[in-house]
This record gives sequence, C-alpha cells and structure tokens, in this order.
Amino acid sequence: MGIEWIVIILSSAYLGLLFIIAGWAEKNADKRWLSSPYIYALSLAVYCTAWTFYGSVGRAANQGLDFLTTYMGPILMAPLFWLVLRKIIRICKAQRITSIADFISARYGKSLFLGAFTTVICILAIIPYISIQLKAISSSFRIFNADVNESRGLFFNDSAFYLMAILAVFTIFFGSRKIDTSQKNTGLITVVAFESLFKLFAFLVLGLYVTYGLFNGFSDIFLQSNELPYFERLTTIDHVDGYGDWFWLNLLSFFAIILLPRQFHVAIKENNSENHLKKAIWLFPLYLFLINIFVLPIALGGNLLFPENAVDADTYVLAMPLAQGNTFLALLVFLGGFSAATSMIIVSTSALSIMISNNLMIPGILRNEFLSKRLNPRLNKVVLRGRQIMIVVMLMLAYLYFKYIGQPFPLVSIGLISFVGVAQFAPSAIGGMFWKGGNYKGAIASLTVGFLIWGFTLVLPTIVNADLLSPEILDKGLFGVKWLRPQAFLGVDFSNNVAQGFMWSILFNGLAYVGVSSLTTQSIKETNQAEVFVDIFKYSTVYESAIVWKGQAFITDIKSLLSMFLGKRRTDLAFERFSDRNAIEQSTIEADFRVVNFAEKLLSGAVGSASARILMSSVVKEEEIKLEEVFNILQETQRYITDNKELKKKSEELETAGVKLREANEELTKLDKLKDEFISTVTHEMRTPITSIRALSEIINDNEDLETAERAKFLDTVVEETKRMERLINQVLDLEKMESGKLEIPFSTIHLNDVVTESVRKVKQLITEKGIMLNTNLHGKLPLVKGNRDRLVQVILNLVSNAIKFCDSSNGEITITTSVRNGSVELSVSDNGPGVPNDSQKLIFEAFYQARNQTLKKPEGTGLGLTICKKIIDKHQGSIWIENGKESGAVVAFSLPKLKL
Amino acid sequence: MKKVLIVDDEPNILMSLEFLMKKNGYKVFIARDGAEALGTVQDELPDVVILDIMMPEVDGYEVCEFIKKKVNANIKVVFLTAKGKESDFDKGYQVGADFYMTKPFSTKKLVDKVNELAN
Repeated sequence: MGIEWIVIILSSAYLGLLFIIAGWAEKNADKRWLSSPYIYALSLAVYCTAWTFYGSVGRAANQGLDFLTTYMGPILMAPLFWLVLRKIIRICKAQRITSIADFISARYGKSLFLGAFTTVICILAIIPYISIQLKAISSSFRIFNADVNESRGLFFNDSAFYLMAILAVFTIFFGSRKIDTSQKNTGLITVVAFESLFKLFAFLVLGLYVTYGLFNGFSDIFLQSNELPYFERLTTIDHVDGYGDWFWLNLLSFFAIILLPRQFHVAIKENNSENHLKKAIWLFPLYLFLINIFVLPIALGGNLLFPENAVDADTYVLAMPLAQGNTFLALLVFLGGFSAATSMIIVSTSALSIMISNNLMIPGILRNEFLSKRLNPRLNKVVLRGRQIMIVVMLMLAYLYFKYIGQPFPLVSIGLISFVGVAQFAPSAIGGMFWKGGNYKGAIASLTVGFLIWGFTLVLPTIVNADLLSPEILDKGLFGVKWLRPQAFLGVDFSNNVAQGFMWSILFNGLAYVGVSSLTTQSIKETNQAEVFVDIFKYSTVYESAIVWKGQAFITDIKSLLSMFLGKRRTDLAFERFSDRNAIEQSTIEADFRVVNFAEKLLSGAVGSASARILMSSVVKEEEIKLEEVFNILQETQRYITDNKELKKKSEELETAGVKLREANEELTKLDKLKDEFISTVTHEMRTPITSIRALSEIINDNEDLETAERAKFLDTVVEETKRMERLINQVLDLEKMESGKLEIPFSTIHLNDVVTESVRKVKQLITEKGIMLNTNLHGKLPLVKGNRDRLVQVILNLVSNAIKFCDSSNGEITITTSVRNGSVELSVSDNGPGVPNDSQKLIFEAFYQARNQTLKKPEGTGLGLTICKKIIDKHQGSIWIENGKESGAVVAFSLPKLKL
Repeated sequence: MKKVLIVDDEPNILMSLEFLMKKNGYKVFIARDGAEALGTVQDELPDVVILDIMMPEVDGYEVCEFIKKKVNANIKVVFLTAKGKESDFDKGYQVGADFYMTKPFSTKKLVDKVNELAN
C-alpha cells in the first residue's frame, strides 16, 4: 500500500474522529469544561489556519520577520479585547446578533442593504481564503505523492474534492443544526478547540525535531544561517519602508482578529461569558507565541537543507521530515496542517452560511411577493435548508477558485488580501460602536470606498496574475493614468503591496465614514440603535424599554411568528419569562413596544436583525414615526422625569410634613393624656369633699337625736367642704381661661410692696390663728412694675397659704421679702418647714403635682394653686421658682421685670 | 365588742366614719395614714378595717396585703376609695379585700357591709 493511501486513510480517520468528538460534545453539552474559558481561548486559535501552518514558514523563508505581523497585531492588541470585544459581545447578546453583517446592519437601523453589502464583501474576501486552505491540503497531499500531476482531475478524480464534500457534511451536521443561531454549537466549538490543540502539538513536535534533531538548537541554526547571503534581511525588520509596513500589517491583523467572520463566530457568537475574555486575553497570545516560536528556525533550517529554492518554502514543514525519511513525523505534520485547514473551513463556511441566509436569502424571499407567498408558511425549513445549501455552494466556489484562480499565489498573500477585505468593516463596525454620530450613509460610503480601493489595489492584481486580465493595467494604471496603478496607488509604491492596499483603503474608508456621517443626519431608528450600541453598558439592562416605537400588534400573531422559528415550546417559555419579568398580564392581547422589541430580538437570533425587522413588520402594524412625534415623546419623557423629580420633592416634603404631623400628634396625644389626667385628677379631687358632704348629710338626716354641738360641727364641715368644691371649680375654670388665653388681665403700674401689704392684711387673721410668725422684709426703693394688683395678691396669698401648710407646726415662721436683683423686682416667701426635694422643684408647678405623688403628705388645697401662680407670673413676663432656704424650709420666689421709664 | 379600724387621710371623712361606726356599736380605732395603720392593726387586731387607698408613704393596697398575709387573714378589709376604675377594683380584690366601695358612698350600705363582715 502506497503512502498516498495511508494519507487518505489517516485523513479520513481524522475526520471521523472529528465527527465523534462533535457528536459526543453535543450530547454532553452540559459538561462544564466544555464551556470553560480554556475551550473558548483555544477556539479563538481558529485564527491560525493552514496558512499559519505552512505559509508562515514559507513567508519567513522568503521574506523574514514579516510573518510575525499577523500574530503580533492580536498579541499587542489583546489587552484591548476587554474594551472592544467585551463591548461587541455585550451588544450582540443584547440584540441577538450572530454575525458581523448582522452587527453592521443592526447598528445602522437594521439596514437590509448594509447587511447584504457586508455579506457580499465577506463572501468575496473569504472564498479565496477558504480556497487556500484547500490548496494547502491539496499541495501537502502532493508532497507525499510527488509523481501525481496536480491537475490530473476535477471533482471525482480529485482528492481535494472529496475532502470538501466531507467537510460540507460535517459543517451541515454541526454548524447549521439549529435555526436559532444565537444558541451555542458546542460540538463545533469543541472540535475547533481540539483542532487548535492538535495543530499546536504537531507544529511544536516538528519545531523541536528540526531545532534539536536536525540541528543543535536555536543558536546552531542561526549561526549556520549566518552564512546565507540574505540572512540579515530575513532576521531584521526591513529598512526604510519596513516600519511603516509593520505598523499597517499589525493594525490589519488586529482588525482581522475581530472582524473575520470566523473570528466573530467563535469569539462573539459562541461566547458563553464575558468573563472568558479575561483568560483569553493571555491564553490566546500565549498560543500565538508558542505556535510561532519555531517558525524562523524551521524556515532557516529549510533554507539550509534545500538551498537554491529546490523546494517550495510553503512545504518545508513536510519536506524536511520526509527528506530525512521520517514518514511518521511527516504524517503528523500533515495532520496538523489538515486540522488547521479543516477548522478554518468549518467555522468560516458555517459563519458565511448564516450571514447569507440571514442577510441575503431571507430578505430576498420576504421582499419578493411571489416567493414570499409560497415560502412564508415554511420559512423556518427554508432557512435551515438554505443554510445547508449555502455551505455546499461556498465550498464549491472555494474549490473552483482554488482550481482556476488561486493557484499562482503563495498562501500568505491570499490570506492577507482577505484580511484587508474584512478590515473594511472596521470604521463602520468598531467606529459605530464608539461614535454615536456614525450613520447609515456614512457606513455605506465607508464600505463602498473601502471595497473599491481594496478590489482595485489588491484583488485586481490577483486576477491579472491569474491571466484573466491583461497586465497592462498594472503597468500603465487605470485609463492609462499613472497614479491609478493598483500596486502604486496615488503614486505611492510600498515594498509591501498588502500594507499599501490596506493603508489606502482604510484611510479613505475611514474618511468617507466620518465625512459622510458628519454631513448627513440619522434616522430615528438609527439614533436608537446608535444610542444602544455606544452606551450598551448603560442600556444592556433596560434595553427593551429604550426604543421609541409606535404601532399596533397582537401577542398571538407575534407568538405564532416566533413559534415558526423557535418552536412553540421555546416561544411559550420565552414569553412566559418575559411577561413575568416585566409584569405583563398573561391575558394581555395587544403587544406593547417591549413585547415587540423582545420578539424582534428573539427572531434576530434566528434570522438576523434585518430579516427579523421585516418579519416583525408583517405582524406589527407599525406607524411611521415622525420626527415631531419623537420630539413629543422625548418631551414627554423629559416632563416625566421632571414630574418625577417634582414628585420626589413633594414626597420628601410630605415625609417631612409627616414627621411634623407625627410629632404634633405625639404632642397632642401627650396633651390629650395630660387633659385626661387633669380631668381624672379634678374629678378625683372633687370626690373627696363630695364624699364628706354626702356622708355627713346622711348622718344628720338619719340621726335626729344628734347633739346640737355635733350637728353644728357636721353642718359646718358640710359648708366647708362645699366651699372647697367651689374653690376647686373656680380654680379649674380660672386655669382653663388662662390656658386658652381667654383671661384678660388688665395691667397697671403698681408698687409690689403695696401688694404685699394688702396680702398680709388679708392673711393676718389666719396666720395669727395658727400661731405662726409672719415677717415682712421690704426693699426701701423698690422700682415700680407693670402688673395686675388682684392677681398678684392671689399669687402671694397662695404662696403664703402654702407656706402655712408646710411650715414648722409648733414654731412656724414665714418671711416675705422684696428685693431688686439683676434689674428685676423679686419677691420671695420663705418658711421653716421641711423644704422641697431638689428633683421636685420644677415639677411642683404642674397641676395636681401633690395629688399625683403619693409619697408627699397630702396638703390641704386643690392642687392647682402653684400652677395658677405660674400662669399669672408668666402673664407678667416674669418667672417663678422654688428653692430651699439657707438653713431650712422652702423659698418660693417670683421676679417681675421692672418698669422701664 | 367588735373592733373597726378606719384608715383615711381626710379628717372630715374620718370624722364621719368614726361617728357611723361608733353609732353602730363598734370599738373604733383611727389611723391617718398607711404606716400608722400597720402598727394599729398589729396592736389591736380589729375585726374590720375600712381602708382608703391613696395615702402617702404606704398605700391602702400595701396595708391590705400586709393584713391578709402577715397579720391575720380573718381580718376583714373594706376598701373605701375615690379610685373607681375597674383595674382599681381588680387590684383591690387581688390583694385580698373583702369588699370594695367607692367614694362618695352610701352610709347605710357601708354600715350594712361592715355588720355583715364583722359577724
């Protein structure tokens, strides 16, 4: 059996293994490690294709360090992943965007045209790229079978064709299983991660074999290569132009790592968690570093082993072990390159098929009345079938391209031309994510200009090289205009055509984007989307309500539309969750803007945002939103916000008022309690004289035989107790009048000494009866005061009668003193009784203090005396207090402001 | 001769009660506050105590409790008080009172009650 057959069997076995891995992973999709950041980082390495595997060495052998730019861009920019990639992921999750075409279309108001345009550019850029994978496999195949003429057959006579067929089946199986593309394809991703590991392993083994097996380590290779005439050129960055080229090529690969359909597919569509980026930020660069570390040694080693270009440098990696007779290693390397090619083809075709179905096919069907009527009822099947057909078509096109156009080009240059093609999305995709001003017209201008310059400077020469066009245009320029030469555009001729083409295309592209966007205005829908894209981190949670929408739709219509693509169960479940989250009644019939947006988002996952827009409009009677209305809505929102602020202020005020009210209420309750207490004390105080009166009256009534003296004593007591009642009633009324402010006290200019004299006269008899000594100590030059004579007499009498009650029972002595202190006229009544405890000195002025404090000996009186005194003194703007005497007894004093003359 | 102790800090009420009890053939003792009552109860061991509640230092409840627990549970206690709330009644009976009567009171009813309790 020839080696050719071994290769065929091995590759078939390898593909079989992929099927097994994918099938297993799909079945075990819930295993945690299958959705781990490591798998994610490895899947990003789909970036390293057969071009990396074979072409890097080829490029390094011919041109030196240039090859590194493709990997340094992503490595240098990896820290930006967090800024750029995370934002894209967030946007795509929020809007269920699954491809770069969808992304651009969605950003500019879900434009059908932009989605289609982007898709077309992708097809044009990627098909040659896929074809070079086929070419790589095919030519690696040939290495093992040198005597077979490469162009011996087409289709069924060509091994590359069979390979293509198997890959088509694989991609259909694992890349287009589910209609809802926002669901994850665990099988596909697991296979891609496996292939990344495998190709790295194969390349490292080869690297070690060459560096340490064929040579004696890195230094040996470099020392030997030193002899080669072009060594310096290969190991240093190219002189004058070199740095410029490097800058542009680095930037190019940075854009490519994000914008390539397959990168978008693995990095964004299949991303499970934004946090995976944190690992990918260092794991992915590490991967790129490892897979590049042996490129230069292998290239130089190849140059040493095969001098004078005896072997195509693109095939060094296979030729070297084969030349040494190490077939086993050569087969491993072959499988490594095979894995690099297959993973690229699988991911690229499945990404492209989704883009084509969502941005070309479905809109095409929906806009064509005839097709739309016939296919609409089973659109879901059409979409799925369409995608599968597209996978086959893409591979077919790639195959044909490889057979008829792509042959003369080295692997790397076709890859880089593809890079430049997709890099044209950078201004509208990345720019549109950070600049709200970017608009639809700007994006169209940007893509058109970029596309044209790309085609002219880079694609055109490849067509010429394929002998499909006369080389005249390369030499003489378009229309014979010298500065319109594709490879010396505007008269600038870089050593590196790719760098030059990229520079011009991206510069004019960016200028067109910014220029046209600045000069034109956005539509309302676009403004919404621009807002959502740029401020995604602000909106991702409230996104559903952030859209201005006006129209009418019924939930049942929307549901039946969704069911077609998502299935009834998933639709019902999604609606249930959404209703729960947004507190929408299950019974609601008419859909509001939130439901419509939500449904459109779900649908976007299946058919892309532009198609979803059209489909939704079939069930939603949408009204054109006029600018005026948007302003109205904005004003309403503004007013709502203002009202809200006002409301907040009002509610704060209300709260303050509430607190005050509560305080007032507490005060009232306290007062109420005081009032209750007052009433109960007053009634209680009344019970005592009434008790005596009743008891004595009954006694008198029941005992006719009472002695006259006893009867008189009882009757006197009844009268006395009646008077006590009267006093109490009067005082209560008095106090009530004073408290309510009804009592008017007419003031006149009086001399306090006179008031004392009058009071003493009134109380003299009682004092004498009780055997108490009363002294008066009156100030000689007492100033006049303003006051009410009668009320002040009442106060003094009250104080004196209190003093009588409390003073020493045998040697009672009371002193009334008038004096001047601090500009006030002061009067004090002191006794020689027990005094008043310090803690009671203030409370004593409260009504019924004594009655409520049973520890005090119950005095005669109503319990309101001092309270009334305090009220009277308060009316005089004076103050009243009680203190203990220097030796013994209590001193009750009041002061009045002296009359100002 | 049965003994009655009257405890009240209102002289006029004391006066009328003293007359009433004497008139009905009781030997009457008087205490003008709770503390005094405690002593008199132990000294004289009266058959009935007519007891006011609101008094300084030692109130009527305390006096009642003291009588029933420390002196002799057979000594009858009649509360005669201005405190007329239900909770006051309850408390009175809780500390062991035999009767609770509010001021102002019917002399006849009081005398009847004291007679009933004394025998």
